Amino acid sequence: MPKVIFVALDGSRRTIDAAVGDSVMATAVRNGVPGIIGECGGNLSCATCHVYVDEDFAALVGPANDLEDDMLDLGVSDRRSTSRLSCQIKLTEALDGITVEVPEDQP
Amino acid sequence: MNGGVLIVGASQAGVQLAASLRDYGHDAAITLVGAESHPPYERPPLSKAFLAGTADIATLPLRTGSFYAEQRITVLAAERVTRLHLSPSGPPGSGTALTDRGRTLMFDRLALTVGARPRRLHVPGVGLDGVCYLRGVDDAAQIRTHLAAARDVVVVGGGFIGLEVAAVARSEGANVTVVEAADRLIARSVAPEISEFYRRAHIRRGTRIRLGAGVAAIEGEHGRVTGVRLVDGELLPAGLVVVGVGVVPRTELAEQLGLRCDGGIVVDEYARTSECAVVAAGDCTAAPDPLTGEGRMRLESVPNAVAQARAAAATLVGRQQPYTDVPWFWSDQYDLKLQIAGVPIGYDQLVVRGDPDGESFSVLYYRGGRLLAINAVNNTRDYLTVRKALASGMSIPAEGAAASDVPLKELLLRPAA
Repeated sequence: MPKVIFVALDGSRRTIDAAVGDSVMATAVRNGVPGIIGECGGNLSCATCHVYVDEDFAALVGPANDLEDDMLDLGVSDRRSTSRLSCQIKLTEALDGITVEVPEDQP
Repeated sequence: MNGGVLIVGASQAGVQLAASLRDYGHDAAITLVGAESHPPYERPPLSKAFLAGTADIATLPLRTGSFYAEQRITVLAAERVTRLHLSPSGPPGSGTALTDRGRTLMFDRLALTVGARPRRLHVPGVGLDGVCYLRGVDDAAQIRTHLAAARDVVVVGGGFIGLEVAAVARSEGANVTVVEAADRLIARSVAPEISEFYRRAHIRRGTRIRLGAGVAAIEGEHGRVTGVRLVDGELLPAGLVVVGVGVVPRTELAEQLGLRCDGGIVVDEYARTSECAVVAAGDCTAAPDPLTGEGRMRLESVPNAVAQARAAAATLVGRQQPYTDVPWFWSDQYDLKLQIAGVPIGYDQLVVRGDPDGESFSVLYYRGGRLLAINAVNNTRDYLTVRKALASGMSIPAEGAAASDVPLKELLLRPAA
């Protein structure tokens, strides 16, 4: 069971046991992690599940595809190099302990 | 239950309302009651990933059981509220609810998030096995089972649900025919240019589309469907018939309370019903256009349910937080992603960007030169730019917008003072 660690704006951390195959977004939404909304259910239509992936996991997670890249470019308020839409990060055992930071606001 | 907020309808709007009440500091009891036996779940995948078999019931719940426990939200499943009474002498909005299990629930405040039911087709044979509607997960599971065995599928209704189901069925190898009574697809929501694009796109993928076609009867043998008889006499063979001819808002409980209903439970931008202590949110409501405050419309979408539920929760805790979000929608059919922002009511000008036959283009809607909405097919950049423009009051002049080699964001203009 991979663990996902969500870091809130105030620095507080919340660890959730997730299921392999679930997305980081679904894990957050089902457990009520504040600041991750995921209105479109993971269809790359809303950009309300934006997160910053911890540097240590950025390479393992990989880059955004073209469509996600467009969403990040135009759909989020403060894009950084580690920005991802968390609906596109599917959990594997290798991602156990992945840490993501929740941005100040979602569109 | 004694007091607190009662939310009737364990829907996307209902769950959001409950969660937002806690976010906004509501500390008293919250009870969410719903007629379905499943814990509250997402509906959009039902006509898409769930039907295609890439999502299952385990992936659909909106929240985990522990979320409800931690947030002290009582979820009553498989229990339908049948009667509602507002107390004539108690605090405004307080009253009692009676359920089909004979239980009485007392509440201090009431929220209706009761959703909508599929509009029924009234022709002979609709009761045959293999004739399905799609609203809940049980409906979707039934369609999935029939789909596995059916070679011929007829979809009655060429709206979003019908076309999404048709796309999945065709992708699984079925012979699919879509029967639509109007002279074009998705006629209620999009311009003729988009309708025609979808007609051609479905035909290119091997689906038959019958426009202006009425269903006379559904035919069967031994209680099972075998075909759909059109008004013109033609018989379309079918092992599965899916009816997607729109929904009807569930207004019965609101009507019991004497709340104003007009194509839905009438609410204002604060999600207040005509009895202003009672709120309502989601598919069951008819609300003013969130961008202009004008008119009254029923927006059947998750974003609307979520945004309206937040406004409703704010109202219940005494905050004034109007719902002014840009309405947006999406539909996935095959590899075609349609994204819509804004509501194109009363448009008088269209601008098409890109080539529909290339399956990546967008249509901008204007009224009196003012940008109203966009439909973007496989064109997320245009969609997001217009959504941003609508949210911030900026415009994109119609002149020049057709040049698809110019990014829309270079055309963004602040409104003239």
